[in-house]
Amino acid sequence: MKHVHYARISIWIVCLLLSVFIDPVWAQGPGAISAGDTAWVLTASALVLAMTIPGLAIFYGGMVRSKNILSTMMHSFIAVCLVSIIWVLWGYSLAFGTDIGGIIGSLDYIGLTGVGPEALSGLTIPHSAFMVFQLMFAGIAVALISGAMAERVKFSAFLVFAALWATFIYAPLAHWVWGGGWLGRLGDLDFAGGTVVHISSGVAALAAALVLGKRHGYGTDTIVPHNLPLTVVGASLLWVGWFGFNAGSALAADGLAAGAFVATHVATAAGALAWLVVEWSYRGKPTLLGAASGAVAGLVAITPAAGYVGPLSAIWIGLGGGGLCYMAILWKNYLGYDDALDVLGIHGIGGSWGAIATGLFASVGGGTGLFFGNPGQVLTQCIGVGATWMFSFIGTFLILKVVDLTIGLRVSKDEEVLGLDLSQHSERAYA
Amino acid sequence: MKLIEAIIKPFKLDEVKDALIELGVQGMTVTEVKGFGRQKGHKETYRGTEYQIDFVPKVKIECAVADDLEDKVIETIARASKTGSIGDGKIFVSDLSRIIRIRTGETGEGAV
Repeated sequence: MKHVHYARISIWIVCLLLSVFIDPVWAQGPGAISAGDTAWVLTASALVLAMTIPGLAIFYGGMVRSKNILSTMMHSFIAVCLVSIIWVLWGYSLAFGTDIGGIIGSLDYIGLTGVGPEALSGLTIPHSAFMVFQLMFAGIAVALISGAMAERVKFSAFLVFAALWATFIYAPLAHWVWGGGWLGRLGDLDFAGGTVVHISSGVAALAAALVLGKRHGYGTDTIVPHNLPLTVVGASLLWVGWFGFNAGSALAADGLAAGAFVATHVATAAGALAWLVVEWSYRGKPTLLGAASGAVAGLVAITPAAGYVGPLSAIWIGLGGGGLCYMAILWKNYLGYDDALDVLGIHGIGGSWGAIATGLFASVGGGTGLFFGNPGQVLTQCIGVGATWMFSFIGTFLILKVVDLTIGLRVSKDEEVLGLDLSQHSERAYA
Repeated sequence: MKLIEAIIKPFKLDEVKDALIELGVQGMTVTEVKGFGRQKGHKETYRGTEYQIDFVPKVKIECAVADDLEDKVIETIARASKTGSIGDGKIFVSDLSRIIRIRTGETGEGAV
């Protein structure tokens, strides 16, 4: 029972560390707060939370075998909990604190010092509303990666990984693009996180699949989804929540938000249709899992472009997302890595396509792309995609290696065969 | 006494049950099972990957009957469950040495 003692001691240490942070008393700021904008951004924050739990949790949960659904849902659930605390303590400051060399934020917002009800400069919402909106993004980014680790990662290892990844990969990337870092200054367009959330988590998933190795029986046993209705409900919830993600990224209840809302919706519909058509012609049958996956691919693809494109461009971006992501998932079988729930295929490839497509189709909201007379934007977008791929892949690879060498990433073969629900959590989904 | 086990297509269960009740059969046990014969399995496709599923869902009916009912029961099950296409199933018949009704302790054909 040695590990129980370690757990107790860790809890005491965490409590002691937390006691250092004491809430200061906020002074009311002078900036003008808009009730409408604030209401929308707070609502959007809750919608983004609903994307992760229950949305992503059941989207992923239905796709694993019945012996692993609880552990899979646990990854999303606990990613939200853990990242929320990290974001408040130091994550937000690293991402949005005063810029240091274009690379990282300073520690001036540590423990949310100075992040209160006053309006954020240039915006009409409280600083704390912006902070909590961004918190939800960090949560879903970490949860997304868990799809590549499903059915074989050790729970304790996932916790350590999640904390390290949120700190050393997500926070710097968010800073590069949105926090005053070098990519944003270069003119990289990422309206709602196609690069920061989706490319970064998709590429991290590839690193995770490579470091963890294949699931036992992969390629020989029949490893198929155990509850697709759950997965489709999850995908549908992701669609609903994504309006918060994309339209909320306008950070105001205005025309830009409405435009992003419309673009998001039509791109998603187009993504589902594209996947279905490609799948139908390739395999002879259209599947509901395909339609749901295509919808998510469309959502991912439109994310960086949502505020920069009109509805017709959004259709093209969605169609490209659905078609390309289906092809990416077929390539996985040739390449042979076991990205269990296709995080790279959908979020990595869909996010990369969306980022480049933003450079092609941008025409409104302050962005201009190739098709509207600004060829340089495509190059900028490609730099953003390339830098994110490299940073996320190398960084995630190193983090995973460190975790593997210290506490071990993977459960034993016996535990894997038994299922993670029983071996990691001592509980079963279906009695 | 005979134990008759019939493996049939699941959607034929109600027809078979009704026909057997009409014949005077007193009870039966039904189990959802999986297996394959000449029908083999089917293909399933998830995200572009095809899987060969060998075991097909079937229903197994177990029914203990007196010797004089044996032929009629077999004929009834066969008639009610037949579709004429591959995968209609099989009927297995075996001798039953003892039957005991738990509540009363009756044995033999009186316990069927």
